[in-house]
Amino acid sequence: MSFKIIVCAKQVPDTNEIKIDPVTKTLVREGVPSILNHDDANALEEALKVKDRYPDTHITVVTMGPPQAKDMLIECLAMGADDAVLASDRALGGSDTWATSNALAAAVRKIGSYDLIFAGRQAIDGDTAQVGPQMAEKLGIPQVTYVTEFSMDDDRKTITVKRKLEDGYELIRIKTPCMLTAIKELNAPRYMSVGGIYDAVRKDIPTWGAVDLGVDPEKEVGLEPSPTNVFRSFTPAPKGKGVMIEGDTEKELADKLLIGLKSKHVI
Amino acid sequence: MAITVIRDKCIGCKLCVKACPFEAIDMDGKIAVINEKCTSCKVCLSKCPVEAIEQDEKGEAEIADLSAYRHVWVFAEQRRGKIMNVALELIGEGRRLAREIGDDTKVYAVLIGDKVRDLSGECFEYGADGAYVIEHGLLGNYTTDGYTKVFTDTIDVYKPEIVLFGATHIGRDLAPRVAARLNTGLTADCTRLDVKVSSYIDYAQKNTTLDTSDLDPASDDKGLKQTRPAFGGNLMATIVCPRTRPQMATVRPGVMARREREPGVTGEIVTVNPVLDAGDIRIEVLDVVKSAKEIVSLTDAEIICSGGRGLGDASGFELIGKFADKVGGVVGSSRAAVDSGWIDQSHQVGQTGTTVKPKIYFACGISGAIQHLAGMQTSDIIVAINKDADAPIFEVADYGIVGDLYKVIPQIIEEWDKAEDLYEETLDRSAE
Repeated sequence: MSFKIIVCAKQVPDTNEIKIDPVTKTLVREGVPSILNHDDANALEEALKVKDRYPDTHITVVTMGPPQAKDMLIECLAMGADDAVLASDRALGGSDTWATSNALAAAVRKIGSYDLIFAGRQAIDGDTAQVGPQMAEKLGIPQVTYVTEFSMDDDRKTITVKRKLEDGYELIRIKTPCMLTAIKELNAPRYMSVGGIYDAVRKDIPTWGAVDLGVDPEKEVGLEPSPTNVFRSFTPAPKGKGVMIEGDTEKELADKLLIGLKSKHVI
Repeated sequence: MAITVIRDKCIGCKLCVKACPFEAIDMDGKIAVINEKCTSCKVCLSKCPVEAIEQDEKGEAEIADLSAYRHVWVFAEQRRGKIMNVALELIGEGRRLAREIGDDTKVYAVLIGDKVRDLSGECFEYGADGAYVIEHGLLGNYTTDGYTKVFTDTIDVYKPEIVLFGATHIGRDLAPRVAARLNTGLTADCTRLDVKVSSYIDYAQKNTTLDTSDLDPASDDKGLKQTRPAFGGNLMATIVCPRTRPQMATVRPGVMARREREPGVTGEIVTVNPVLDAGDIRIEVLDVVKSAKEIVSLTDAEIICSGGRGLGDASGFELIGKFADKVGGVVGSSRAAVDSGWIDQSHQVGQTGTTVKPKIYFACGISGAIQHLAGMQTSDIIVAINKDADAPIFEVADYGIVGDLYKVIPQIIEEWDKAEDLYEETLDRSAE
């Protein structure tokens, strides 16, 4: 009776590396690496820790994205996941979080039985933190978000977690099956192992389209049925250039700054 | 609403490929093709020199009757009987939106808990026209299951047009669950909301690069326009929810203005008797612990002294701490400093941290990654101190100092109390 964990992950651009072209005011994408979303790496790490303790644990990583998201899945396999699945189809493109959660919930159902779903709290490109809870709702399972500590009883049915709040934390007991979303404080993700990489690139990663998932592009996934649409999008206006303070000594710089602040009545 | 390329018109210039923020346009030989990464953000439409990209506007006509949904609701999140600041901010904002919809449109606070009726008075004083009070013995602690059930059931009965939540750890746990159960749209972490097209145009013209010439200020479109940073703050997106109700959003704490409190103002109370039993709640809250460590209240701070990678190592935050003590400020940081393990994540300012708008923001050794700027660029005054004269932080700074922060900051600390005298001297000199 093995313990089955599904980890939800996303391949994202490293938003720390993105810059705006000062002339054209558009995003400079060249050289921006695609990475495994940080919180998702924490989710996978916690699943791997369960597997360290109970070797009969089986971990499947699932993602939705373009074909190149396979690279990220290979990384997850190299870290120690057993299987990976890619949900990818033009018909899934343009999905908002509601539609994305329909597709991912369908992928989870197709994977079959599970005890635990671990996801990252949010992805750094969208920052919505909505897909995890929306999946849990569609799968009819309870959830705990912002998990910073995880422990499981030996019956492998009762889980105790710490849920971070802005002003403290909650200690929560929950039964499997359930959805947990991880944040950075939960753990430090491990690196890929050489043997893991060797095995990972040889593993078959199935790609499931809308037909395989059994989701209806007219009603459930993709741009058309998504309840939210982009009305407009734009780059934020740069603020007008301020004053560069010049001076020969640090004292002169400090004095000029303080005079400036005083003149604006902010100090 | 799909974006497509008209193959006959495309000249293969690749301008759209360069402009697309989502790498959603590929070249099929000499013709651009939209791939599955497209989010319909429409950036490419205006970049095409030959109008070869179009948006299929299908769907606009099939809008169901949404007029049964009325009024604006605000989730009046409370913890231990105290209403969260962001809820009071949203009551003010909700009132503004309600009045934009129509004079008879109201803003209601939604209070959920065990004994929360008395909190309605505070909601009225901050601008709520009414309050839904949902009390039950099982709602003493927040649980996703309990709150989702009673909130969703109440929405089903009373049908609000708009529901706003603070983007707190609880709001962001509850809102997606409620939206999914109602099969309606939800927009996360909004920083601006508009109802009237004319207000949206006004906002866009003052604060953004958006070309508003195709928007009609007299339009009778009163859908909620929800603006949020996306892509780590590199892009702003305005999201609409045209075909389903209610329109739901979570809103960042600290970005909306609270109304001035009007003591003694009262409003209508609607008592909801929720149907809830213990079996509905599938988790057990063993304990709720308030952190012993003092909360870093970045959102309320008037002055923030932030440190970044330029500090060099963790000890740099000792200087930043002294600086903050001197000026009566709070210590902030960039994501880079948090990622380096120099300071706790609770100090992080930026897209993935806290959004702040203090009177003065001192950015010390912070280069100004877009994701950081997204969280602080609406500060009244930004002071940047950095060795690198080309650092992007200087683009948004009101005052920039190129220099060694370890030499400049101690001087500012030393001179701080003399600011008044220094200023008087300059006034005297200019008068002479």
